[in-house]
Amino acid sequence: MKGPIFTVFKRELASYFATPVAYVFIVIFLLLAGTFTFYLGNFYERGQADLQPFFNFHPWLYLFLVPAVGMRLWSEERKSGTIELLLTLPVTMWQAVVGKFLAAWAFIGIALALTFPIWITVNYLGSPDNGVIFASYVGSFLMAGAFLAIGSCISACTRNQVIAFILTVVVCFVFLLAGFPLVLNFFSAWAPQGLVDAISGLSFMTHFTSISKGVIDLRDLIYFLLIIAFWLYASAVVIDLKKAD
Amino acid sequence: MIETRQLTKRYGDLTAVDNISFKVEPGQVLGFLGPNGAGKSTTMKMIAGFLAPTSGSASVCGHDVGDQPLKAKSALGYLPEGAPSYGEMTPREFLAFIADMRALSGKHRTQRIDDVIERLHLNGVLGQPIETLSKGFKRRVGLAQAIIHDPAVLILDEPTDGLDPNQKHEVRSLINAMAKDKTIVVSTHILEEVHAVCTRAIIIAQGKVLADATPAELEARSRYHQAVSLTTTNIAAAKEAMSRVADVAAVEIDPQDHRLTAFPKPGKQIFGPISDLLKAQGIPVSELQLESGRMDEVFRTITQGEKAEAHA
Repeated sequence: MKGPIFTVFKRELASYFATPVAYVFIVIFLLLAGTFTFYLGNFYERGQADLQPFFNFHPWLYLFLVPAVGMRLWSEERKSGTIELLLTLPVTMWQAVVGKFLAAWAFIGIALALTFPIWITVNYLGSPDNGVIFASYVGSFLMAGAFLAIGSCISACTRNQVIAFILTVVVCFVFLLAGFPLVLNFFSAWAPQGLVDAISGLSFMTHFTSISKGVIDLRDLIYFLLIIAFWLYASAVVIDLKKAD
Repeated sequence: MIETRQLTKRYGDLTAVDNISFKVEPGQVLGFLGPNGAGKSTTMKMIAGFLAPTSGSASVCGHDVGDQPLKAKSALGYLPEGAPSYGEMTPREFLAFIADMRALSGKHRTQRIDDVIERLHLNGVLGQPIETLSKGFKRRVGLAQAIIHDPAVLILDEPTDGLDPNQKHEVRSLINAMAKDKTIVVSTHILEEVHAVCTRAIIIAQGKVLADATPAELEARSRYHQAVSLTTTNIAAAKEAMSRVADVAAVEIDPQDHRLTAFPKPGKQIFGPISDLLKAQGIPVSELQLESGRMDEVFRTITQGEKAEAHA
């Protein structure tokens, strides 16, 4: 493969593995995923051959781990000045934004793929519905992409990675729970019902739960892809506006 | 070729670059001089396509930076201020990345990478992460990156900043070697550099072009242009003798090294008469020099004259 997107992608992905960051992240991700599934999710005690207890915790796992991957996407480029180098190479803004995003997404995909032993385990213990499990993996990956796109945009706003991390967690939290009373009550007091319904329709949780029931509905796919596209577009706008600082 | 037309950049009320127009042809090395914060880097960033101008335009090899950014960027090699690079990569990986971004391929790609490694003496550090390299090597990696695609136009923002004298000399030789058929713009605040590499110098301060001339022309504006300075043991006699030469306007003694300098009246030559007179009088002179002009003095006069006006 050739082309600027792929070149940016390759460099970015390699940079994760050039430092211990990648390994620390993957180990922590797998440890936490396992701990949640077995201790909080009562994987064995439920006596059911499915991965529901595993996938149920993914939104919460991503809430903290994905912003940790996303925070460095643009903050670091701005801090080290490499953003000037990158954007004066013959590459368009969207190619740079998409290439970097895809690399981070692929990295999270690798971490997610490394949870495969639990899929094998559950097949060994019983006979689960593998279609549902596959759909859940797809849903989980898409949700991670949505979190990451938010992280990309917020990381473009600041050269400080800690600020990027914290703000991303907050924004992701709002999107995650948009369909729940915690967020909806805040709006329902004053906003018209139509807006409240629209906000509740934005919830990551609602769409993820519906995919992980085993039905890959086109609307849920489009929802996540639109969220990703929107936040990546916003990233490009923010980078353009804040380049000069 | 580089051309800027009324290039302007404003940040709120601050005008960083104010209506700058110039044209640089192949074979020219343009030195961009100015105090810190004068707008040198901002101008270069706009030509390189990193910042969009508030008004006006720039073009590289005939491609407008705003309308045809990819064509302009492809024709250009750019070393940003501070020579940023990806610290976790090794120079080899980094140069391979840039070569791919520049769409070099096959044998040509390998040749170009080997060529810049050779030219910038990077062979010894190819396998070390860039962040572990010394400042001099980092700068050379940045330069290698800028010339890897053999661009027709080269913009180097402070290419010798932070280098030791030997490294500075090498970088200047490199620029001189490439100067023949390329258009090169170099920013610096090291004035001796202008003499060493530039065929033309633009002095800017507060975003405006204050002078645009060859280094020799700039030096001719100096009070020291055509002045004669000397070192002697018999200061009093020498001073007295020099004052008597018809075309000498003034004689000054440097308070630190007691060097005598005679300034000519405008347009007059005084080296011959002074030399003859000193010989005739038998005054012992250990060293006698015709000055071409002092760049630092010209620079100060031009840039601070502007400031004084602004304060008034």
